[in-house]
Amino acid sequence: MEGQSVEELLAKAERDEAERLQRITVHKELELEFDLGNLLALDRNPPTGLRRAGPTPEAELQALARDNTQLLINQLWQLPTERVEEALVARLPEPTTRLPREKPVPRPRPLTRWQQFARLKGIRPKKKTNLVWDEVSGQWRRRWGYQRARDDTKEWLIEVPGGADPLEDQFAKRIQAKKERVAKNELNRLRNLARAHKMQLPSAAGMHPTGHQSKEELGRAMQVAKVSTASVGRFQERLPKEKAPRGSGKKRKFQPLFGDFAAEKKSQLELLRVMNSKKPQLDVTRATNKQMREEDQEEAAKKRKMSQKGKMNSAPPRSGGKRKGEHHQGGKRRK
Amino acid sequence: MRPLTEEETRVMFEKIAKYIGENLQLLVDRPDGTYCFRLHNDRVYYVSEKILKLAANISGDKLVSLGTCFGKFTKTHKFRLHITALDYLAPYAKYKVWIKPGAEQSFLYGNHVLKSGLGRITESTCQYQGVVVYSMADVPLGFGVAAKSTQDCRKVDPMAIVVFHQADIGEYVRHEETLT
Repeated sequence: MEGQSVEELLAKAERDEAERLQRITVHKELELEFDLGNLLALDRNPPTGLRRAGPTPEAELQALARDNTQLLINQLWQLPTERVEEALVARLPEPTTRLPREKPVPRPRPLTRWQQFARLKGIRPKKKTNLVWDEVSGQWRRRWGYQRARDDTKEWLIEVPGGADPLEDQFAKRIQAKKERVAKNELNRLRNLARAHKMQLPSAAGMHPTGHQSKEELGRAMQVAKVSTASVGRFQERLPKEKAPRGSGKKRKFQPLFGDFAAEKKSQLELLRVMNSKKPQLDVTRATNKQMREEDQEEAAKKRKMSQKGKMNSAPPRSGGKRKGEHHQGGKRRK
Repeated sequence: MRPLTEEETRVMFEKIAKYIGENLQLLVDRPDGTYCFRLHNDRVYYVSEKILKLAANISGDKLVSLGTCFGKFTKTHKFRLHITALDYLAPYAKYKVWIKPGAEQSFLYGNHVLKSGLGRITESTCQYQGVVVYSMADVPLGFGVAAKSTQDCRKVDPMAIVVFHQADIGEYVRHEETLT
């Protein structure tokens, strides 16, 4: 009996093994193409099973999906693995499928002024070396940039040129010239950018000193100069007798005095309609007041009946009905 | 002088609607002529188109008033209704209060209306509702704000305030200089 059970167990184990193998191994006529970097499996087999299925191919679809997924996972198991924080991880190779663009192709930018000029004149960029031999320091220095070869602002000795004022600061003059060149370059860059994005830079039409400017133009130029600081003119001092500017805020536009009367009436009626529609239809306080009023009336009626019953033979009954605005001293306070 | 902006119109309508409710559209849309609101020196004037055209010929600093002054916008852009608007509020008023002859004098001097001076009050007046004050002979005396709802008016003691004074026709004499 034991032998039988052992045999049975072995047979059962064999059958289980075969079943598992059968589940794991999938037979396909055409091998699948794998892109493990994107976890992609491409099945090029003709879908004859699906075509035969009929109106509801659910079971066939499920079987197909299971088979293909099994093949993909079989491939994944063959990848080199590593251990990351107590988890067994497969290292995916580089993806081979090229994904399409997410955003559209960028528009060609308009040429900058220099590029237009170069194109016109036929100037080609000359290839230059990045490093230049600098005699002064005795080493190879950059052509431009940090610690460049011929930086004239870094000279320690400048001869005063023949016709210049002896008290002028030549070092400051060179630094000033450099700042101006940098500012001009920046301005040109911004202009190119504005042309590329078809935007307009704030115009500096009347701001250049010509010597023939009117009082208004000079005033405007002065105001613009005052505001063109990093703090937008907040900490600029004024001359002793100079008055504060009147607040050049936005000018409000009003409707004309005799505009279209009909249109005005229509817009006002529309406004009223909106206002009325926003009010709630049921006013809670009014409803509660009404309720309280009814209760008061019932109380008063009851009281009168009681007093009438009590003194039937005495003074005639009081005129019934509630008078508006009368004292109601017997009324109880109700919460 | 200029028309009102949207914001100003809304603020003004909200104030006037507190007294006359939906009847405000009868002021805006009148069968007997085109009337409009115009702003001049922070005051709102209700004026017919004819008079407006005539007033346009007067320079702004010389023009004192045109049509009927409804009220003015304060420095913080709140709208204050003046007594001169009473002629247009009284016929369309929704909530009315009648005061006894003895209390008329007190109200016309600018005091609030006490329970002892109250003659009649419209049914279902809410608390803080805009009301127009009449004498017992149905002469409009001014307007105010109900301090107590009609329910509470019945139960409160005689020395309590029932209507807060806002404007009365005695102001025509008292505030002669400031009314336009």
